[in-house]
Amino acid sequence: MTSTTRRDFIRTTGAIAAAGALPLSLVEMAFGDTARNFTFAYISDAHIQHISATKFVRNWDRGLIRAVAETNLLVPKPDFVVFGGDLAQLGSKAELDHGAEMLAKLGFQTRCVMGEHDYYLDLGEYWSNLFGPQHYSWDHKGVHFVVLNSVLTYDDWTFKRWPTAEQRMLEMAGLDNPNGSPFMVGEAQRAWLGKDLAAVTKDTPIVVFSHSPLQKIYKGWNFWTKDADEVQAILKPYSKVNVIYGHVHQIQYNQIGDIAFNSVMATAWPWPYPQSYAQAQQTLPKLTVQMNRADPFFERDATGWQFIDVNTGRVAMKYNLYNNTNRIVAFDAVTGRPVDKAFQDPSNRIPPQDHY
Amino acid sequence: MMRCTHVLAAAILLAAAPIVSTGAGGSPPLGLPALEAPAGNPQTPEKIALGERLFNDKRFSATGTVACANCHDKAKAFTDSPLRVSEGIRKLNGTRNAPTVVNSAYFTRVFWDGRSPDLEDQSLHPFVNPVEMGLTNHDPILKIVRTDPGYVKAFEQVFGKTGNAVTMKEVTRAIAAFERTIISGDSPFDRFYFGGDVNALTAAQKRGFDLFVNKGRCVSCHNIEQTQALFTDNRFHNIGVGINSIQADVPRLAGEVLKAQATAAEVDVKVLSDKKTSELGRFMITRGLDDLGSFKTPTLRNIAVTAPYMHDGSLATLREVMVHYNNGGVTREGDHVNDFLSGGIRPLNLTDQEIDDLVTFMEALTSPAYAAPAKRAAGARQEVRR
Repeated sequence: MTSTTRRDFIRTTGAIAAAGALPLSLVEMAFGDTARNFTFAYISDAHIQHISATKFVRNWDRGLIRAVAETNLLVPKPDFVVFGGDLAQLGSKAELDHGAEMLAKLGFQTRCVMGEHDYYLDLGEYWSNLFGPQHYSWDHKGVHFVVLNSVLTYDDWTFKRWPTAEQRMLEMAGLDNPNGSPFMVGEAQRAWLGKDLAAVTKDTPIVVFSHSPLQKIYKGWNFWTKDADEVQAILKPYSKVNVIYGHVHQIQYNQIGDIAFNSVMATAWPWPYPQSYAQAQQTLPKLTVQMNRADPFFERDATGWQFIDVNTGRVAMKYNLYNNTNRIVAFDAVTGRPVDKAFQDPSNRIPPQDHY
Repeated sequence: MMRCTHVLAAAILLAAAPIVSTGAGGSPPLGLPALEAPAGNPQTPEKIALGERLFNDKRFSATGTVACANCHDKAKAFTDSPLRVSEGIRKLNGTRNAPTVVNSAYFTRVFWDGRSPDLEDQSLHPFVNPVEMGLTNHDPILKIVRTDPGYVKAFEQVFGKTGNAVTMKEVTRAIAAFERTIISGDSPFDRFYFGGDVNALTAAQKRGFDLFVNKGRCVSCHNIEQTQALFTDNRFHNIGVGINSIQADVPRLAGEVLKAQATAAEVDVKVLSDKKTSELGRFMITRGLDDLGSFKTPTLRNIAVTAPYMHDGSLATLREVMVHYNNGGVTREGDHVNDFLSGGIRPLNLTDQEIDDLVTFMEALTSPAYAAPAKRAAGARQEVRR
């Protein structure tokens, strides 16, 4: 038995003692006018899954319920909340209704992003009834926000390939699936984006929300958007562009030109899959790659949600991670890219457990 | 981290009070690891004896009626069973069920919410908590230990200090040294699992043990290791006790905590005097959302003789405890599950028979020194009456 837990170790070494403590502090000022600083919260990938009648997968329910309840406690309060897509698992009304009911408990205005699990049953029809348009933009305290539906694909695949909507949904939900099809923003939305940004000055901070990454990471799991390069080209003239995406259920960050990329965590399960889920009834899709995990007891470990400030015109992403060490990934003006505030330096990292 | 020295053997061989259950040759009792005491507070027999005297001294309270031993009674496995929550001066009630001192030497944090890092720090606080021993400060204690001839002699012998050189540091070190001798293993479970005595457990207890480490998932927090078992992970969990009764108040209470950091002394008073604040658990200490409603995993050793259960004493029997866990963190099936419930707590689908077996297994965790102390105490009282 070790005499200190991993979490205690972090705390006592003081590496990120402040990161876990609320209220959050806003340390960087961009506008000179601190009154314009603000935060927003981001919850994503709840994957609410209907079993039968009034029964839903408990674990996914608990993840969203907890994220909503915690977001409601934030001090200072966020200006709004974004839900980053994949509210449902298989796009059914039951799942979307159940998820919407949980999101309705948020005490803040909520903006929603379309995920493929929400979309491919009825091509977003019921989702749009609940949450409104699938792409839109707005301005808030000097920042231009854009939401895109990045999970579209070829018309041939969407409309002609599958005998039923249910099968289409299942095919798109699969991983390493040769029947799948790459995500894309599509020509129409790209044209809309170009027009939308035409009125925005080049140094205005821009935050783009998409479900899939607007960069190409791993095609087999659709950590990929086929026309990412074209979308990036539209964003290229702007000096402070931030892209925030869900879908990947893990912490990622990257910089391409002036565009900073940050992913958000899921409230449902972490990718790649942790081995520990094998202990319980499998309600997950097929297991492909396993992930080491701090403590297999905790269903919520390696999931989470985040609160974000754009006070420098760049995203500072604060990850609230259950049974784990909270992390901050923020744009670093010196290196010109997002960095992990505590663990970027390899000597500060906690080696993964490699024995059992 | 502090350097530690192995002190158990010396403590056991020399301790005056026969509280320690010793294994053969001074090794720790069966089922417990070797005990380490902090380098700054080595065990000596004289210090242990002084600590025991301090532990039992009722003068260290505002009314002269409450000693540490009131709520940590040796005859009740160092708890105040069957009280739901502890009773301090003038019959004032706190908000929490007295945790046992037995094997607290192995805790990595002390108090239900872990607000003390060690036994030395812990013993400072009940003296000055208004619902416990009720002193306004530690001066009355210092006055006594600096003037009472017995204490003067003992402090000089143990610490080489007299007069104003004797401070609460020496007082709390002596108390902690005594507490580190209160360890107990060698239960039927230990004899079965670590001692190889296949007859030490009944068939039902063996079934219960299997449930404990498998279907019941108890072992995830109440740890059993290959060579010893503390029955605690020394961590904090929201298991849906206490917090369930204040769910509507959480936003207001948590908001107050997040807006202003209270001092450690303020927290100590607040959590024992205000039931609702108490239920925020470790969140009061860390202000981390992950800790909302979470409390320390208690050891299960001697659990059968320390009813009632949970940090608030809200469950009367071990069976009720099992039903709460079986329901996935609610005492009554169908009640609202706490939004902040620990991810480890989920419905277990145990049958009535399986619950009975688990309870029976927990009855096998009692050390010989504490076997049915309540019954013994009751017997002793009858003796007196006759």
